[in-house]
Amino acid sequence: MDELDRAIINHLQGGFPLCDHPYGEVAKQLGCSENDLLVRLEKLLNDKVLTRFGPMYHAERLGGGLSLVAMKIPPDDFERVAGIVNAMPEVAHNYAREHALNMWFVLATETPQGQQEALARIERESGYPVYNMPKIKEYFVELKLRA
Amino acid sequence: MSAEDPLLDQLDRQIILATQEGLPLSPQPYAVIANQLCCTAEEVMARLKSMLESGVIRRIGAVPNHYALGYKANGMTVWDVEDERIDELGERIGKLESVSHCYQRPRYLPDWPYNLFAMVHGHDRTEVEHKARQIEELLGDACHAHEILYSTRILKKTGLRIV
Repeated sequence: MDELDRAIINHLQGGFPLCDHPYGEVAKQLGCSENDLLVRLEKLLNDKVLTRFGPMYHAERLGGGLSLVAMKIPPDDFERVAGIVNAMPEVAHNYAREHALNMWFVLATETPQGQQEALARIERESGYPVYNMPKIKEYFVELKLRA
Repeated sequence: MSAEDPLLDQLDRQIILATQEGLPLSPQPYAVIANQLCCTAEEVMARLKSMLESGVIRRIGAVPNHYALGYKANGMTVWDVEDERIDELGERIGKLESVSHCYQRPRYLPDWPYNLFAMVHGHDRTEVEHKARQIEELLGDACHAHEILYSTRILKKTGLRIV
């Protein structure tokens, strides 16, 4: 990663323009060419420095169900359960964390009812209970990291 | 998403589907989407604008992999905060520069007494702990206990699949 890559990452975390040539406009602000920007972006995505580029949708406002779910899995059974959880398309992120509750994942479903079905399936297939922690209130969401 | 949702019509839904994997990396990305959906680039932009305004779209941009940017310590800080004060304090913690996400969530007593979650990213654990101390000071005596849960491994990370 060089200076231009960092500038692209910092610049593109929000506010991508809605115009005919948005990449060209951003490129102008960054002082590079449109083609440079597109090539860099593609590489940052391929190298997994960026996990995504595009509109970030607000799942609940789309009528879907979104929740944070925790599980307490014995270490010797962890990989099996991670396999079950990760195989579900409804699971967007899944992290191992240092705690008795050692698996934490985000579950996004098309409907709120779908969430209950997905949770029941995880409990049935894994054999462990889930701790469902849907948000009660959102105080702030804005992931901005300086590259 | 439900087909009856009055906020979104068929074209909105098609645009959401077409951009779930991200925006096309092409000089005129909105025209590429419009071609797929048999509408115009102006319509695609107008719909995206209105979904941004209504909050259906939070933002259009890049999602960095924080590990790749050197933010190796990812601490989910969790706090047991008095219910009567959580809204006021949650708002204040959400405004701290070091906090990327801040939510109130349900407790599971006795296993899980924590009702306030604040995500803190740092280059190392010392940085995360320093940021957690700022939260602790802000909460003061309204907080009875807290923990920092560090992630040790990303097991899966994809965009949200909504449809």
